[in-house]
Amino acid sequence: MFADYSTSELMSIFAMQGFAGLILFSVFVLMALGLAIIFGQMGVINMAHGEFMILGAYVTYLTSNVFADYMPSLFGSYFFIAMILAFIAAGALGMFVEWALIRHLYKRPLDTLLATWGLSLILQQIYRSVFGAREVGVTLPDWLMGSIQLTDIVEVPINGIFVMSLAITISLIVAILMYKSRWGIQVRSVVQNRPMAGAVGINTARVDRLTFGLGCGIAGVAGSAFTMIGSTGPTSGQLYIVDTFLVVVFGGAQSLLGTIASAFTISQAQSTMEFFLSGSMSKVLTLLFVVGILMLRPQGLFSLKVRR
Amino acid sequence: MATTIKTRPTGSRSKLPGLVKSLMGAAAFATMALTAPISLAEVNTTGLAVTEDTVQVGILHSVTGTMAISETGSVQAEKLAIEQINAMGGVLGRKIEYIQEDGASDWPTFAEKSRKLLVNDKVAAVFGCWTSASRKAVLPVFEQYNGMLYYPTFYEGLEQSPNVIYTGQEATQQILAGIDWVVKAKNAKTFYLLGSDYIWPRTSNKIARKHIEKLGLKVVGEDYYPLGHTQFNSIINKFKLKKPDVIFASVVGGSNVAFYKQLKAAGIDMTKEKPLVLTISVTEDEILGIGGENIDGAYASMKYFQSLTNENNIAFVKAFKERWGDDIVIGDVTQAAYLGPWLWKAAVEAAGSFDIDKVRAASPGIELTTAPEGYVKVHPNHHLWSKTRIGNAKTDGQYEIVYETPELIEPDPFPEGYQ
Repeated sequence: MFADYSTSELMSIFAMQGFAGLILFSVFVLMALGLAIIFGQMGVINMAHGEFMILGAYVTYLTSNVFADYMPSLFGSYFFIAMILAFIAAGALGMFVEWALIRHLYKRPLDTLLATWGLSLILQQIYRSVFGAREVGVTLPDWLMGSIQLTDIVEVPINGIFVMSLAITISLIVAILMYKSRWGIQVRSVVQNRPMAGAVGINTARVDRLTFGLGCGIAGVAGSAFTMIGSTGPTSGQLYIVDTFLVVVFGGAQSLLGTIASAFTISQAQSTMEFFLSGSMSKVLTLLFVVGILMLRPQGLFSLKVRR
Repeated sequence: MATTIKTRPTGSRSKLPGLVKSLMGAAAFATMALTAPISLAEVNTTGLAVTEDTVQVGILHSVTGTMAISETGSVQAEKLAIEQINAMGGVLGRKIEYIQEDGASDWPTFAEKSRKLLVNDKVAAVFGCWTSASRKAVLPVFEQYNGMLYYPTFYEGLEQSPNVIYTGQEATQQILAGIDWVVKAKNAKTFYLLGSDYIWPRTSNKIARKHIEKLGLKVVGEDYYPLGHTQFNSIINKFKLKKPDVIFASVVGGSNVAFYKQLKAAGIDMTKEKPLVLTISVTEDEILGIGGENIDGAYASMKYFQSLTNENNIAFVKAFKERWGDDIVIGDVTQAAYLGPWLWKAAVEAAGSFDIDKVRAASPGIELTTAPEGYVKVHPNHHLWSKTRIGNAKTDGQYEIVYETPELIEPDPFPEGYQ
């Protein structure tokens, strides 16, 4: 297949393909971080994760409209404000949902699956009623469009770089929160032993609410960023949910490092295979590969050693 | 909207009841025809839901679930057509009442609802379905209970049912004209075929590949991605490596948005036409989600664009916007859905009866001179003769029409040599 091409052409293509893999990796990390926090730290199977992402996307859409109508001169920078608003909106909804629904189900983790699936249907229908069944187009500021030309062939999409830096930033913030802050210590202690954490004076209910809110907030930011590369419609969240769970489960549910390692493995495997095989076939092989590994290591790539 | 629908004299015309003939003769007293409907016994011998002054039809689309994005436009078009027909006095002097059912993007639900419409409600016709999967699900029901379905979507062909009128194009009508145009007008030599992974893109690309190879040209790649796929960077790199003249795309749904956004972000400026993007799946509806600036310069091959400038279409667009809001756009399928009630009305009037068998017998040869796309005629194989147009996408989300086939294209759902 490569006989007709010069070495420099091939090098450029491989460079770009490597970059495509890295973009996919960043997308996976963004998708999965919020879920890794909720599923991994709290054991809640949040089927509405995609809908929280789309809430972020709709907030971005609304923000872009407001800026276009009232502050066209500042349009170039609306995206940062949109991401902050998306975080607040999705996080607030997350905390409300935790208070109204999830906290009653902590002793029945499998029921959270059903409850959040129902929630996802409700949210989809709310989006449909409010924003209409059709997808909405989010206008991006000009500086986020297009690509940087490095050589004749090698071109790097700007929004790809943006998604990558966002993924790195958020991962760092989450890592610091989880492993360096007082709140992170509380979260981890609640995960490890809830009664004991309560006994030493940690307000476990509050920790739960904030953790769930943080996970949903990150989903909102991810959704906001994905307006650059994907669609924004009532059911768009469904496009991400399978990949998201795949990444989190494969990585080992309770390990953030595992989530990142798993996102990297899956994205590289998939983008390499996509280049040599057809898109559908590479998806099949990726899934087979993940199933195979999970049969050998049911706990995922990384797992915490916790006494149960 | 002009108010005359001409119907070609057909065999069934001579069988019209005498009363109809005399009413038709009294053209000067057209209002009489509205106030004195033909007796019930004559127009309805099979127990359909027809009364002295009303006739019930069904609308069966998804207004919830993932397909609601696409099917909403069809529902709006069908309701508009029905309202307009009623404003003109209805069909055989009877007002159309519709019963709307929600297929909920779930194919078994479509089958169940169509059974409800045919068996419980005894509707005289059903306008509905969108995906091929939903049509395949309801087909046995329509054939068992002898219903009549008007199906609006362009689709892969390879089907012809006595109980369905296909108001969209079948694959060859859309594809062959598109490829011929791009070869002739743009001197294209190499093609890359890309689609979502299900029956319509696969069949379409099969037809496209055969046609390209018949012309002595080359397909340099063919790829499919699962429905809902959102990452297209790898395929874009393949385009850059293989440098096809034309990317022939039949990606659908949310994937569409991702594909064009990422194509644009990867530095492929479609207005430069290197490569040229020719799509058969992006109507004005989809551009709403994609964003005009992301698809600027792509070409689409379809039978209808909102920007058509004939009188029928100007009136249609105006009426549609008055009914459903100014910021609405109208795509190919929406227009095809709008044809459904009109074609049914014309066939019923030609048959002089609501009976399904008589409507079916009267359908071939029915012409619509008032169609927004111009002029259409029903072929004996239940598909429509139609012209195919090539549109060039602009940043405002509309297509500029750059080519129109000179003649109506004959529908050929079972194309020989393309299967």
